[in-house]
Amino acid sequence: MRTQSRAVTVGRLPDLRWRPVEIVFWAAAVAAFFLFPRYLVLGSQILITGLFAVSLDLILGYAGVVSLGQAAMFGGGAYTAGLLATHGWSEPISGLLAAAAVGAGIAFATSFLVLRGGDLTRLIVTLGIGLMLYELANQAATITGGVDGLSDMVVGNPMGLFAFDLAGRTAYAYSLAVLFAVFCLCRRVVRSPFGLSLRGIRDRPERMSALGAPVRRRLTAVYTLAGAVAGLAGALLAQTTQFVGLEVLGFSRSAELLIMLVLGGTGLLYGGLVGAAVFMIAQHFLSGVNPVYWQFWLGLLLVLAVFFTPGGILGTLASTWYRRRRPR
Amino acid sequence: MPGSLPGVLFDGIAYGSLLFLISLGLSVTMGLMSFINLAHGAFAMAGGYVCALGMERLGIPFLATLPLAFLAAAAAGALLERTLYRRLYRRSPLEQVLFSLGLTLMAVAATTWVFGPGHQPVRLPGFLLGQVRVLGIDLGVYRLFLVGVVVLIALLLAALLRGTRLGARIRASVDDAQTSAGLGIDVEGVFFLTFTLGSGLAGLGGALAIDVLGLDPTFPLKYLVYFLLVVVVGGAGTIAGPLVASLVLGVFDVAGKYYVPGIGAFVIYGLMIALLLLFPGGLRRSAR
Repeated sequence: MRTQSRAVTVGRLPDLRWRPVEIVFWAAAVAAFFLFPRYLVLGSQILITGLFAVSLDLILGYAGVVSLGQAAMFGGGAYTAGLLATHGWSEPISGLLAAAAVGAGIAFATSFLVLRGGDLTRLIVTLGIGLMLYELANQAATITGGVDGLSDMVVGNPMGLFAFDLAGRTAYAYSLAVLFAVFCLCRRVVRSPFGLSLRGIRDRPERMSALGAPVRRRLTAVYTLAGAVAGLAGALLAQTTQFVGLEVLGFSRSAELLIMLVLGGTGLLYGGLVGAAVFMIAQHFLSGVNPVYWQFWLGLLLVLAVFFTPGGILGTLASTWYRRRRPR
Repeated sequence: MPGSLPGVLFDGIAYGSLLFLISLGLSVTMGLMSFINLAHGAFAMAGGYVCALGMERLGIPFLATLPLAFLAAAAAGALLERTLYRRLYRRSPLEQVLFSLGLTLMAVAATTWVFGPGHQPVRLPGFLLGQVRVLGIDLGVYRLFLVGVVVLIALLLAALLRGTRLGARIRASVDDAQTSAGLGIDVEGVFFLTFTLGSGLAGLGGALAIDVLGLDPTFPLKYLVYFLLVVVVGGAGTIAGPLVASLVLGVFDVAGKYYVPGIGAFVIYGLMIALLLLFPGGLRRSAR
């Protein structure tokens, strides 16, 4: 996986120019709004999950921090936005910002636990934190609604322009706008000197600290940023579906997120978006047949992906592309 | 349910010895090849199903199903090690996690597919039911039996590790795989044997656990955290570390669920965080 992303990035300082492929990608996301009016609800789910995957890519793909508990921040954000909306604060943009702050807060507070120790410790600590928050939300049923979840949310119109509708037109447009804005920010961050130093930490942490980079502080910073993005994604889900259930904090949300990101390709930011789209479209059509079969095929897909496409979909595409162009 | 402190303590110890039996293989896998095998619980589940179905459909007595559970899980482990696992030893931890997660999902789905999503009941033989009074405390016979089996196995394993040539090879490979290979030890062969043994022990643990933990297709996911906790807290690659960790976790988990049921689930995670803060490298390594 590391070699794949290196093949794409090394030899050239990152710049902020938009490549044609990227423009095509975003144009396709806009075009989907007009081409598939019947699937806009699924579409906005994909966009939200894609944003969530971007948050994991920030820490896993760029900083090499493995996590099975990203749902903690996602759920924190979702409950923040949900609670604001149920208690009369219906303006959505400020709800998003509040959720981002809560996500960042959870991430910052737990970063001291997560960032010590090796990969295995990180996996288990993030998993534990996620399960703990799940249990907390379950116990605090008077606030969170427990198993029944939060409904009765009043979400105002984004920018006061369009009302949320059942077909999901506003949800899609709103999610896409937020996704694009946050994506641009993350893209800027990972292509900055800060982002470069994160990659250095991912590949050789000892060497980076020998070079004088404040490794722990950089990791805390990016973990907090990723928490904010995850919180935002959770808030988007809460506002567009107007419901928050316990499963926003569930283990399977974190695990599936990891699967999507790796399926798409880590360390490219777009990998999460592509992985989320492929995963959720497949899930939508296959789990309709039988949920148990879906889980089986998902497992098989993971095993095959590890053996045959170690860079994920985008990593594999990129390396074949470069291989074809390099030889001369 | 026991009401007294010694009773809770005893239940915790019985629970902890189960955790130890199942997690030991995982600890060895991580210590030897630093392979993060999330599918370990699936081997325990395989053993559990062999036991439950062997009893129910073939009428094999409970005690006779236990060696079968061990053998079936060991065979599954050996097969998968040869065909799949060994190709991934040099890959990144993330890829190992994904691979074994995929394997777990397949195991869960396939089990649901074949045997249905329900709980598998186990009917214990009469002489393992009931309670005995020891020193004024009521102890479940089955739990006593459990502790006895685990103590026996732990002693056997300790003898294997301390007293045999294979044990010496295993210890050497855990300490430093590269140097051991340089000295002519067949590290891959050692790993294959320990992986098989660990899977078998997990299968045995899974069979013994049906009465205590229950058995359904989601078993590998439901108890994954506990198995990983034992390894992380105990430190990978030893027997004493996971043993202490399992007993501590077992006692605290049972006590937490018994005395403070409202926050019972937090006890074990709070304990985990406290232990990781105090012993970042696991109990065992810090003690060295």
